[in-house]
Amino acid sequence: MPRIWDSFKEGDAIPELVKKPGVTQLVKYAAGGGDFNPLHHDFAFPQSKAIGSIIIHGRFKYASLGELVSNWLDHGGRIKNISCQYRGMDLPDQEMTLGGTVKRKWEEDGQKFAELELYVNNAKGKNTTPGTAIVCFTN
Amino acid sequence: MAEKIEITDEWREVIGVESPPWTHEVTTTSVRSFARGVGYTDLVYFDEAAAKEAGYRSLPCPPTYLGTPIFIPGVSNDTFGGPKQSGPSIKHGLPNLLDGGTETDYHADICAGDTLTVTSAVSDLTVRRGRTTGDMLIITSETKVVNQDGELVATQRGQGIFY
Repeated sequence: MPRIWDSFKEGDAIPELVKKPGVTQLVKYAAGGGDFNPLHHDFAFPQSKAIGSIIIHGRFKYASLGELVSNWLDHGGRIKNISCQYRGMDLPDQEMTLGGTVKRKWEEDGQKFAELELYVNNAKGKNTTPGTAIVCFTN
Repeated sequence: MAEKIEITDEWREVIGVESPPWTHEVTTTSVRSFARGVGYTDLVYFDEAAAKEAGYRSLPCPPTYLGTPIFIPGVSNDTFGGPKQSGPSIKHGLPNLLDGGTETDYHADICAGDTLTVTSAVSDLTVRRGRTTGDMLIITSETKVVNQDGELVATQRGQGIFY
């Protein structure tokens, strides 16, 4: 059901999205997103060897925050702004938990908005990729 | 690693200089491929009937996807697919790069069938002191995405951290 503005309040949590992307998922993302940096698929690449693993694309996490917001909104409006910062590396085959809260909701020029605060927590509970989104609602 | 970074006038001259335009395509197949790569299960990104029912012209771009740059061997960057030459660069000589973050403003829907013209420019230079890295140069780039009707549909900013 497309989300409507009256269905939530400030402070509400966004249902979490749990992912455990493996190498195959990262290869699919490389193909879809067009980023073939070997650091994200080749364990023999010098930078991967230095780290001890390939690492997840920062942009995969950014796109996954987009998926989190898209799932919550369910096309009941449009994302006007979405951002994140890459604060820590994430490795494949480890669980990451994406979620967020409604920070603010307001009306402006007859339009209804909400600002969301987002996170990507790694298996140890550290937020490696904090983000925000601003959403404009249809109803 | 640099102990002290001074932003020179020569570097500042690069701010605002736009790259030559590059074309990005958005097709039903490219949208599905991106959505599949992220792991979506929402049919709106895969099935045109579902997309239309949700109010889109065709399959919409999932958030953060701004089409796929046209790939031309020898001309395109072989790793990232965009143009090899994407505007003037700043000759800072710093060897290490971190991706700091990404921000996208959306102004209109982007859907399969759209052809996008993309330009980018350095929009800001700042120096920040890292805890262990010495001074770091933060280069903010702004990318403008215009559709086939000449409408600005998205603006994206990214931060490269050089040290």
